Amino acid sequence: MQVHLTLFGQLADITGRTEMILHDIPDTETLIKTLNEMFPSLANAKYAMALNKKVIKENTILTGDNNIALLPPFSGG
Amino acid sequence: MSNPSKNDRYQRQISLKELGEIGQQKLKDAKVLVIGAGGLGCPALLYLAGAGVGRIGIVDFDLVSLNNLHRQVLFTVHDIGLSKALRAGDVLEQINPDIEIIVFNEKISNTNALDIIKGFDIILDGTDNFASKYLINDACVILKKTLVYGAISRFEGQIAVFNHPSEIKTAVNYRDLFPQAPADGEVLNCEEAGVIGVLPGIIGTMMANETIKLITGIGNALINRLLTYNSLNNHFFEMELLAMPETGKMIPEDAGAFKEFNYDWFCSVHSAFELSQEEFEEKIHDKNIQFVDVREAGEAAQPEDFKHINIPLSSLKDQIPDIKAETIILFCQSGKRSAGAAEILSKHFGKSRKIYSLKDGIAGWQKSKL
Repeated sequence: MQVHLTLFGQLADITGRTEMILHDIPDTETLIKTLNEMFPSLANAKYAMALNKKVIKENTILTGDNNIALLPPFSGG
Repeated sequence: MSNPSKNDRYQRQISLKELGEIGQQKLKDAKVLVIGAGGLGCPALLYLAGAGVGRIGIVDFDLVSLNNLHRQVLFTVHDIGLSKALRAGDVLEQINPDIEIIVFNEKISNTNALDIIKGFDIILDGTDNFASKYLINDACVILKKTLVYGAISRFEGQIAVFNHPSEIKTAVNYRDLFPQAPADGEVLNCEEAGVIGVLPGIIGTMMANETIKLITGIGNALINRLLTYNSLNNHFFEMELLAMPETGKMIPEDAGAFKEFNYDWFCSVHSAFELSQEEFEEKIHDKNIQFVDVREAGEAAQPEDFKHINIPLSSLKDQIPDIKAETIILFCQSGKRSAGAAEILSKHFGKSRKIYSLKDGIAGWQKSKL
């Protein structure tokens, strides 16, 4: 499955990009594993994941349109 | 002020048919607390006071400094060194003498939070650190208060309405979104990462807007939703949040447990390697100690008061052999990254070296000498 990934805040700094297209990703667990291999610093980063603008916490099978966003916490005020 | 409809002050917003005199009365009856009178708090306070929110609380312990003025729009050069909370209260009083302003010139903590928050209906989080954000969230969950959350990082900002009571949906709180606090140094604060003044201006103003919508019942507030704004490309990203069953177990269940919870430890603010500014001052000319600046190259002016070497945190692991002294004092801008560097060195050297990290960083030390 194809995934259109959007990265926010320091995650964009780690990966050097705000958007990415990944292929052959069957589920979100594989997505995380693939990203951690591509960008080792991501493995320690904390973030929330949204699939088609809804937050998800558990491994989710990807079908059809897969717009995934990774959002880190911000602390500035 | 007896009858808000007689008051010319609010005429322009009362004439909005969605708001009207009923909405103005709701604003007059509302009690809103703004925690942090900084980049987010200043614009939020200005607009809430202007709109006629009847009781506004301000919590801040900090003093105004020159580098606050580019974004903390309530203050002027005449306020430098003065209490932010007291000065903010004075300015709001001048803008709108018809409202009640309550100033809490203290740091929000788990000993005072419940007593402060319980006197208000809606709480705005404009703080600049994770320990306060988790603490405020948990206090709002325990007291069942609506939390308008805002946070910024470089050119992006987040806004959400948490813990808002609703008959249809389970209220979502901050821990449903981010159950675990990030590690030290994982997320840079404004001091380390920088911020353009306009961004907290926009996000803080949006927080005030959400608050006014919640009070008057107009429009759709960001209840159980997170909005992210990017000021560089003007993209808005909105997502729906969900309450998680495991979150309940993470939040202290009552006031007693809340007061026992160590938020600094949870957000690992304190480090076992911490060196106070006084201790640092004593050691500054000790030639047997190696001082290491772990800030990135070119990030800030180099201190000239003492000898030191530069090893950015990002390349620390590769440059460990450059550190030869038995006693090492690490420093950065605010003390967070040097605490992380101390962890790394401690894992490498074990107990064979004495490792310290300057508390509150070079910025804190320079401030203490003023």
